[in-house]
Amino acid sequence: MLEVFIFATLNGLVTGLLLFMLASGLTLIFSMMGVLNFAHASFYMLGAYFAYSISLYFGFWSGLIFAPIIVGVLGALVERYGLRRVHQQGHVAELVFTFGLAFLIEEAVQFFWGADTKNYQSPDLLDFPLFTLFGQEFPAYRGFMIGISVAIFIGLYYVLTKSRIGIIIQAAITHPHTVSNLGHNVPLIFMGVFGVGSALAGVAGVIAGPVLTTFPGMAVVLGSIVFVIVVIGGLGSLAGAFIASILIGLLQSYAIASNLGMPDLLNLLGLEFGRDHPLTDLWTLTLPQIAPILPFLLLVLVLIFRPTGLMGKREQ
Amino acid sequence: MRTSHLLRNFILSLPLLISSNSFAQEPVRIAFMDPLTGAFASIGNSGLKQLEFAADYLYNSKGGILGGRMIEIVPLDNKQSPTESQIQFRRAVSEGIQYIFQGNGSAVANALNDAINRHNRRNPGQEVMQVNYSAVDPVLTEDNCSFWHFRWDAHANMKLDILTDYIADNEDINSVYIIGQDYSFGQVVSDTSIELLRQKRPDIEIAGNEFHPIGQVKDFTPYVTKIVASGADAVITGNYGADMVSLARSIIDNGLNIPIYTFYAAYDGITATLGADGKNRIRLIHNETSNPIPTEERKEFIRAFKAANPNNDVTQPRITNALMMIVQAMEETQSTDPYDIGLALEDMRFTTIGGDEVWMRGEDHQVFQSLHISVHTDEGIEFDADNSGFGLYTEYSVPLEATVVPVNNCRMRRPRR
Repeated sequence: MLEVFIFATLNGLVTGLLLFMLASGLTLIFSMMGVLNFAHASFYMLGAYFAYSISLYFGFWSGLIFAPIIVGVLGALVERYGLRRVHQQGHVAELVFTFGLAFLIEEAVQFFWGADTKNYQSPDLLDFPLFTLFGQEFPAYRGFMIGISVAIFIGLYYVLTKSRIGIIIQAAITHPHTVSNLGHNVPLIFMGVFGVGSALAGVAGVIAGPVLTTFPGMAVVLGSIVFVIVVIGGLGSLAGAFIASILIGLLQSYAIASNLGMPDLLNLLGLEFGRDHPLTDLWTLTLPQIAPILPFLLLVLVLIFRPTGLMGKREQ
Repeated sequence: MRTSHLLRNFILSLPLLISSNSFAQEPVRIAFMDPLTGAFASIGNSGLKQLEFAADYLYNSKGGILGGRMIEIVPLDNKQSPTESQIQFRRAVSEGIQYIFQGNGSAVANALNDAINRHNRRNPGQEVMQVNYSAVDPVLTEDNCSFWHFRWDAHANMKLDILTDYIADNEDINSVYIIGQDYSFGQVVSDTSIELLRQKRPDIEIAGNEFHPIGQVKDFTPYVTKIVASGADAVITGNYGADMVSLARSIIDNGLNIPIYTFYAAYDGITATLGADGKNRIRLIHNETSNPIPTEERKEFIRAFKAANPNNDVTQPRITNALMMIVQAMEETQSTDPYDIGLALEDMRFTTIGGDEVWMRGEDHQVFQSLHISVHTDEGIEFDADNSGFGLYTEYSVPLEATVVPVNNCRMRRPRR
């Protein structure tokens, strides 16, 4: 049982950190512009596809560097020429704009790369087991994923709290007019943050593509869960997003690893139902079966009992 | 103003255009209803290309059928949704189409089966035939069998019967892990595998029986951790599409070196993604061998298809089989009425271009032909998949007679004419 626990923890960490890379950009963009970017996961998908195409010619490492840059520039352009114009029509228009953009990107990806799964592989350099525990290997690539994610978290945290740019960004979030009066170009800051947020999603796509497979549905699969994280963590809170990401990663991983289910609960209560019982589906439900739905359950609970999220501040 | 005039003139002249064309013989129209957009689009489009190519290559380029009529394939996008299928079915009916090819998703096939039966009951003389080339839920030829439905693929229980024979023969396998999508097809695979293995090799332990939500799992590594911990010697799965690729990739990436027995782990990007890592580990149960190809005729067919569609493969030869048998029935009866064709198809025996004998059983409209288990490899591959150098090599074959299962719960109501 110990081996399952250790590996479930490691898997949970990998998933959680990956989710954080997406959630961090999303929550940053939200705190600045007050708009949920529905197309955020699409930038993640674009990162994976760009990296795949680059890796065909120049190898994985070039993809890791250039794909996020391309995605970041695309994100900045979307902000400059799309969102900024739509912004004048209010938040609903912005929301609808990003919603449409998500569909547009998915169709574009299918148009240019086709609908089938792409053969995007991790680099040969990392193609070895990092360690073997109880006869199970932990791939080096997953260790690499953890490393990159942690590095990005630390870097982001440092920039936002310690650097001059970070201070201006933080000020622009709460007091855009004052910052503007002090001579800073606030629209440029917004564009930069949107670009960097998209680039972060791009990085997540680059390193997740080889593991989670690169196909046109990858944005949809991850998109909804990222929103859940941002809401659970508290909209606009970076630390909250981090905690929520790890929490959800571990929750899902442990739920799958466990073998518990309704039959155990019924045994505990001393009840038994036959297979022909009308609610037999309910009585045979197991935790692994519903694991991917658990985050949404958590979302509902958080919204009921702590509507601001774990670390969120109450909106005025 | 000018444009609207032009438009009106054009619309008014439409009937003229059409009637002047009808001097040429009217085409035989066949609908292909499968997902052409969305998550499963790659499978649907691949099937469409195969049907269009078969119609052109085998018939239209040789002067058509029934003394000069062309076959026209009409694509209908059902987005893999039963609701959308009903809408597309109405469209097919309004256009006078009487043959509908459909294969992806047993839920869709069942919905279409209902819609067609209802339509045919109410509109005698304008019946529609369901040409099921791939939906493998047994119920379609058992409890819900219909005169208007014909299936050209072996159903899940037939395939599992052969697959479990193969597993039972392998002395090295002492425990298996079953993992599948949480819906009717995944449940059938799980229940039937457990039952058959219990009969054939009671000593094989079912190390795990897991369901996951369809299309929802991002990363299968946590499941693989459980498979490793269970100590299973083999995995059985009915997964397809992204769920199949992710599962296989996770198993490979985590260094789990056990055979994986599947239904759909090839083509449409899957073979390329598995590549060298999946070699000799992934096996499929299917009809019509991929390598070696027994006849020159089928080799020619595949080469011509690849020349026309370099990025696709002939993944489902049964599409060609279905078309050829329907055309043969049309030629025999000199009719395109689904009622005549249905009667002619019943108990038809047919030899495919692959040299394989096919029998369409009259009682339940289930097809029987030899079944094969093939392995993912790059050795002995003349026709690869996804242009990857890798493909399927047939290791184990079962002749037609051995695949026949008794008619089960099918009480077919035959229309009276």
